[in-house]
Amino acid sequence: MPLSTQSQTEGDNYVLVASLDNVRNLSNILKAITFKDHAIFNATPNGLKVTVEDSKCLQANAFIQAEIFQEFTIKEDSVGFQVNLTVLLDCLTIFGGSTVPGVATALRMCYNGYGYPLTLFLEEGGVVTVCKINTQEPEEPIDFEFCSTDVTNKVILQSESLKEAFSELDMTSEVLQITMSPSQPYFRLSTFGNSGNAHYDYPKDSDIMELFQCTKTQTNRYKMSLLKPSTKALALSCKVSVRTDSRGFLSLQYLVRNDDGQICFVEYYCCPDEEVEEE
Amino acid sequence: MKFRAKMIDVGCLNHFTRVVNTISKLTKTCILRLTPNNLYFVLSGKVASGGVGMWCELSQANFFDEYQLEGVAPDANEICLEVTPENLSRALRTSQNAKCVKIKLTKKHCPCLTLVAELPTLSSVSRVVTHDIPVDVIPRRLWHDFKEPRMPDFDVSIYLPPLKTMKNVVDRMKNLSNFLVMEANLNGEMNLKIETDLVSVTTHFKDLGNPPWGDDGSQGRSQSRDPEVMAHTRVDIRKLQQFLMGQQVNPSKAMCNIVHKRIIHLILLHEDVSLQYFIPAVA
Repeated sequence: MPLSTQSQTEGDNYVLVASLDNVRNLSNILKAITFKDHAIFNATPNGLKVTVEDSKCLQANAFIQAEIFQEFTIKEDSVGFQVNLTVLLDCLTIFGGSTVPGVATALRMCYNGYGYPLTLFLEEGGVVTVCKINTQEPEEPIDFEFCSTDVTNKVILQSESLKEAFSELDMTSEVLQITMSPSQPYFRLSTFGNSGNAHYDYPKDSDIMELFQCTKTQTNRYKMSLLKPSTKALALSCKVSVRTDSRGFLSLQYLVRNDDGQICFVEYYCCPDEEVEEE
Repeated sequence: MKFRAKMIDVGCLNHFTRVVNTISKLTKTCILRLTPNNLYFVLSGKVASGGVGMWCELSQANFFDEYQLEGVAPDANEICLEVTPENLSRALRTSQNAKCVKIKLTKKHCPCLTLVAELPTLSSVSRVVTHDIPVDVIPRRLWHDFKEPRMPDFDVSIYLPPLKTMKNVVDRMKNLSNFLVMEANLNGEMNLKIETDLVSVTTHFKDLGNPPWGDDGSQGRSQSRDPEVMAHTRVDIRKLQQFLMGQQVNPSKAMCNIVHKRIIHLILLHEDVSLQYFIPAVA
């Protein structure tokens, strides 16, 4: 196979090598967190974690386990680098963004360590593209200190009907308000825009509600501009878990099935909008 | 000066429309040369078109059932017009189902190419749609600018990879860089490369084949050439992208001549249409 011969000529200096028969199993999930140019990559023997942050208030993480890759070899406990995510996505989709049935683009991703570029070998129909993307020293991702023991409210919903709600959300509203409560309205999304106030209610015994664990009534507001990118992750997902902690921090976790039916996760953490705290 | 032509075959009409659509995607304005045997859509490769040259040749007999031309003079039996191909494209779009399409040179408030389409209706009476497309007549003293371009003395000639694949790759590369290097050798290998501070991307095409040009002068230079050595030219990526975007039909032959560091000469051959496109090198 042409890709393996190319990596041999570059020597065995790779600290990370990851291969996929279908590059979409990586590019699709990365598209779900591409709202900023830069992404922090962290690889461990468990797999790949990609982090994107916005103004210290929002963090998105995509997890692609080692088992998803056809080959995943790592020579250190942890390999980290930062790279321009838009450039990376343009490279991963170099043969075009759409799928042609029966035709897949294969990927071999290699990294030599600090100071070296991220090297991608992509192959489709006998045509090989080699990309070398400059890397930077990875920044430390923010620790939102979101702790599962501090979770006050948690629901798990099937994504289908949340997708509808999110596609209809009034974007003229500066905030998205989330109310979670052991009593009515149970789980409510609210907007306050130019067309007025809108509420989307999901009762606790509706069939799309897979899990309902709310201990305390909580209402929190989050900047709409921060949460808007999460719609991409929602669109890819089949299930989503919504959790808030005692500080009102929001954790959204999306279960995504890739082209081959394997499971990956995307999570978003968001700080509550300052305004509400003052009340 | 007189020009009248008539198309009655739906296949010819569709084909002609596709050609005009392709031209309209390549350039906003161009020269239309009408001769007794052929039509040519021409860009002269001057600064005005960004140095890009185009020569599209159609054999009139393959499209028109009737074709009458009286040029500017008996010894210069042709007409040279400046046209906006998009206008012609639009007019042809409304004529898609026509029983008959006539094109003629007329003088309304200014010189025009008038397109008259007879469209079928449910009744026995046809509906007639007329488009008057303003054109500029190019005087004879300027005709020398629009002659058929000479085949450049190329270093490498190679068949192009599938245009769709090229287009996908070039579209992505355009997001990353303003300039692209095209290189090829006589071993049927072609690379498309971009390089910036952030990223370098190279796409490798193999086993493309090299056209056998025969023993003419331009082959002389390439006959003694080491087949492994690449000839390369760096171009404005948008010009290559524009060329690839316009292609609507797969050509029967597609090839490229590269003059090292000077020019990329693309040639597409269809049954009755040939298109040549010249992209100059940038520093």
